[in-house]
Amino acid sequence: MNTFLNLPLAGAVYEDIPLGHFLTLSLAMFALGSIGVLIRKNPVIVFMCIELMLNAVNLSFLAFAAYPNSHVQANNAFESAMAGQAMVIVVMAIAAAEVAVGLGIIMAIFRYRNNVDVDDMNTMRG
Amino acid sequence: MIQIPTIDWGVLMPTIIVFVTGIIGLLVEMFRPKQNNNLIVGLSLAGLTAAFVLLLGQLGAEPTTTIANMVFRDQLAVLLQLVMLGATALCFLFSEGYLRQRRIAFGEFYPLALWSLGGAMIMVGTQNLLMLFVGLEVLSIALYCLSGMARGDQRSEESALKYFLLGAFASAFLLYGIAFIYGASGTLDLEGFKIALYATDSTFVMAVFAIALMLVGLGFKAALVPFHQWTPDVYQGAPTNVTAFMSIISKVAAMGALIRVLTAADALQNFWFPALTGIAIATMTVGNLVALVQKDVKRALGYSSVAHAGYLLVGILAHLKMPVEIPLASVIFYFVTYTAMTIGAFAMISITAKDGKEGTRTQDLNGMWRKAPYAAGVLFICLVSLIGVPPTGGFFGKLAIFNDALAAGLPVLAITLAINSVISTFYYWQIAKAAFVDDEPALQTDFAHLNPGLKLTGAICVIGVLGIAFMASPLINSGSTAGRDTMSVIQLEPDVQDTPAIAVPIPTEVNQEVR
Repeated sequence: MNTFLNLPLAGAVYEDIPLGHFLTLSLAMFALGSIGVLIRKNPVIVFMCIELMLNAVNLSFLAFAAYPNSHVQANNAFESAMAGQAMVIVVMAIAAAEVAVGLGIIMAIFRYRNNVDVDDMNTMRG
Repeated sequence: MIQIPTIDWGVLMPTIIVFVTGIIGLLVEMFRPKQNNNLIVGLSLAGLTAAFVLLLGQLGAEPTTTIANMVFRDQLAVLLQLVMLGATALCFLFSEGYLRQRRIAFGEFYPLALWSLGGAMIMVGTQNLLMLFVGLEVLSIALYCLSGMARGDQRSEESALKYFLLGAFASAFLLYGIAFIYGASGTLDLEGFKIALYATDSTFVMAVFAIALMLVGLGFKAALVPFHQWTPDVYQGAPTNVTAFMSIISKVAAMGALIRVLTAADALQNFWFPALTGIAIATMTVGNLVALVQKDVKRALGYSSVAHAGYLLVGILAHLKMPVEIPLASVIFYFVTYTAMTIGAFAMISITAKDGKEGTRTQDLNGMWRKAPYAAGVLFICLVSLIGVPPTGGFFGKLAIFNDALAAGLPVLAITLAINSVISTFYYWQIAKAAFVDDEPALQTDFAHLNPGLKLTGAICVIGVLGIAFMASPLINSGSTAGRDTMSVIQLEPDVQDTPAIAVPIPTEVNQEVR
């Protein structure tokens, strides 16, 4: 049960590329996304950065699913790999739902002030 | 290879009822547009009652898992779900009058709140991280919409945007933590994660990293310092009934998930325990100190909810330090009192909204005692309980957590809690004083008429706050098994059970003793 539609699934060892490379790339994407969230001022760009972070997470899930895990027994490898890949599908679906709500909120604000700079979001002070 | 899992509908039914009631409510709104929402409110309350009664029947039931370990029901899950159902019903009782006064009487409030509640119920009733994430997002996305519900109010929209951006940011951290738990153990199941942690420490660094990231994500939802920055703004900007709703639901769900994740990661206690001790101290202290200088009642109560998250965390830490000796009973007791006093306070503040305007500055409460004595009385009792003065539930809750912290050998946390209770007196007193003086007649607000729903909410909250000490014994008895059997019931996979190297300390004997 190592292939599904001829795609490598669990236990397919990629000898050329070690797991660490995927994880490093994922960490770099996640860090870039976080920095973007903290320094950008346009909420749409901020949200794009959050999407980048989610995609970094998806990459880690897929990388972990494709490499054998020492805690997973051989006859459980299929379920283990499917868990990670199912998570990716769920994350993408939820990210799409978040986009719908988020853009709706940004539009609602734009209607009042023609300016959605997050630095101007300071009507509430304590 | 792939079998269709067996489904225990009894376990799922309360959650299903909540979701379906939301869908029916939306259909009613669709077929009867531009009419009053009384039918939707009635339907929602009926649905909540049905789910509540069904859950009550499961109160003493054996822990069980269904749909291939995706849904997990134990005493902790049932009790937290009961608290959340009750909180939602209390919010719904006073919502309609408030929404009409604010001129935002959209029928969509009730379905969205019900779905948010459904997400929270999923979140506390699972051991699977995929389900936990789905539940968290269903909870959050509905709350983003709800906090922006006052579409004519710039502050409401602003709070929705802040909540949304920071919430999505925090979910990304939580998700990255889940990815590393998956990488460390090869499973999304917390039970499997626990077994993997005990089996070997080769993936140790990854697991520590994972727990740290998950603490960020869940700490945001529970409003723990330093992840609390959204709390005051969102509490102030969102409509008051939404604030009351989210102050309970979001906190209970996040704390429930936190308990489950940390219970599974108890092999790493050396790492997260000091960190969480620091977070608990910071949460209590910062929440109370910053609340002292607030000029807005809702904002001050937002900081107060941060402080209360700290008190709850102390109770949870005491339980996690000694999971067998110290049950979660005092935490659950505190959740119930916190629900009654917080919703009572927010419900009474909601009468400052009249004819589309709302003022929630402290001085806007001036003259409340004369114009709406009932509301002022309820507000006073709730504030007294939030301070923790003896005859009220808030006192007994804090006392129980204080005792737990001492018994678990955490005197620093216990003393910080006691000191913070004293600090908190000052700002609660300011709010109470504002409601009972009328020295600035020019500023006096016209308060909304107290409708029966609001009066009922107030009465239930006062009964809850004052009577809980006497009603507490069955709760504490049933709560004493909560948490103990959290990790012991998920059936191990046969091949895992065969592996001799794995020794997981499962306190089954203790469970039997209790029963």
